[in-house]
Amino acid sequence: MAVIAARNLTFTYAGSNRPAIEDLSVSIDKGEFVVVTGPSGCGKTTFARCLNALIPSFYRGEMSGGISVLDIDVSGSTTSELARKVGFVFQNPENQLFSLAIERDVAFGPENLGLPREETRRRVDWALKITGIEDIRQAAPYELSGGQQQRAAIAAVLAMEPEVMVLDEPTSFLDPLSAVQILEAIAGLRSKLGITIILIEHRLDVVSRYANRILIMDEGRIVLEGPPSKVFGEEAKLLGVGIPKVSMLFSLLSKDGFDLGEIPVTVEEASRRIRRRLEGD
Amino acid sequence: MIEVRGLHFSYDGKEVLHNINLKISDGEFIAIMGENGAGKTTLIKHFNGLLKPSRGDVFVDGASTRNSSIAHLSRNVGLVFQNPDHQLFSETVFEEIAFSMRNFGYPEETIRKRVNFILETLDLSPYAEASPFMLSGGERKRVALASVLVFDPKHVILDEPTIGQDYQQKDKLRNFIVQMNAQGRTVVIVTHDVEFVVDCKPRIILLSRGSVIADDPYDEILSDNKLVERASLTAPQIGKLMWSLRDLDFDARILDIYSAKTVLEQRLEKIVPKTL
Repeated sequence: MAVIAARNLTFTYAGSNRPAIEDLSVSIDKGEFVVVTGPSGCGKTTFARCLNALIPSFYRGEMSGGISVLDIDVSGSTTSELARKVGFVFQNPENQLFSLAIERDVAFGPENLGLPREETRRRVDWALKITGIEDIRQAAPYELSGGQQQRAAIAAVLAMEPEVMVLDEPTSFLDPLSAVQILEAIAGLRSKLGITIILIEHRLDVVSRYANRILIMDEGRIVLEGPPSKVFGEEAKLLGVGIPKVSMLFSLLSKDGFDLGEIPVTVEEASRRIRRRLEGD
Repeated sequence: MIEVRGLHFSYDGKEVLHNINLKISDGEFIAIMGENGAGKTTLIKHFNGLLKPSRGDVFVDGASTRNSSIAHLSRNVGLVFQNPDHQLFSETVFEEIAFSMRNFGYPEETIRKRVNFILETLDLSPYAEASPFMLSGGERKRVALASVLVFDPKHVILDEPTIGQDYQQKDKLRNFIVQMNAQGRTVVIVTHDVEFVVDCKPRIILLSRGSVIADDPYDEILSDNKLVERASLTAPQIGKLMWSLRDLDFDARILDIYSAKTVLEQRLEKIVPKTL
């Protein structure tokens, strides 16, 4: 079943003369982990804003075509309706933290859903634990580092247990090991709870291993999509997209006449291919 | 030269930097790396006098930051914060970038030329008259970078310059700062972006829990798995690949893609003749 279905979706911000996304059609099924990438200004964030009705209800402009999320027509609904089901982690965590204590921010969503007190407490504890910020639950957002704020913003969304999570560069302030821990947790939720994940990210070397599909956007359109190993092989269409270094290495080798088979997405895969070739199977 | 001697720094009664000793010579390229909360940002805020040591001293070009005002230091030490929203306030991108030079009293003609040059370099020209707050996260970050790079400070300190930047923008940014560095400017970046560091080839100062745990060329540090893990980093992909093949006599200190390609081709050639 398609959880997200866009048909010829076009949106132009008020005051702009060029569509930010244009004629975009895509269908995403329940439980998919989709990475959306492309050069800055390609329309990734605009696409994300359509998934929780920030477009068109908050950002003004002209929309045509259609998009539905969980069978709800986005253009006919509000962000507050969709927020129950679609969790959104913004690029800048400060935009979504406003309480005087982190745990209040994390509890805000479940309380608004009208959940019983005990259930709210359970979810808050769980979300703080999974993001590794239990020990700073009483801290105010402005006392935290950028990385800690990012964890808090993710915890606040996890506590809602949404059906769809949309994350806009959610780990950009985190150190690499912490980023991997958070991504593992998110990937774990996908496999355990069947949550659909839409992740906007430039750092494909970090996120590709979790994705079953990559969407590459340019100038408001989807220019390439498919499983990572297939997408990273289409070098000609990848201008401006930083594919993982191991994928790039294999593509350089293949250009020089050393064909080691399918383009790898992870270091482990690349290592196995090279070893197999050198050790003669 | 930036020299840090016996620097301790505490706030709210908690010591966050412990006995830091460093010398950064003019024209060096430095990356400060380490886990979230290691004290990286706190350390660089001492370089332009935003913070003063609780104990010890920081000298910039021979003068202690205790005796200099931030206004005076800022002219030689340009610091770009991690979060661009903490430093953007003007109505247009052009005015934002021109602000510092206006403050320093440059003639209008010089300001216009420099601002236009930097707008062009960082791909911001189409937004000169737009409000910084209408831009995307990555674009706002570039405006923040431009507002400091525009007055060409002697020492450039950049906190997480690659956040929100796509591959092409990162490449342009790298070319620009490498060029500034080649022209004698000191460049200090605070970053978690190991792949960017491999491309820049700096000396790395590795911080963990408020102390310097290593201070060496980038390839020595990033190929040392223990250090990498201790500082909550991950090794660069090519480094990991070479490490995983070390039993086949690959050098685990190879971190960049072109060297890896060369050694692989030497080894592969023996087995599969080129098909081209």
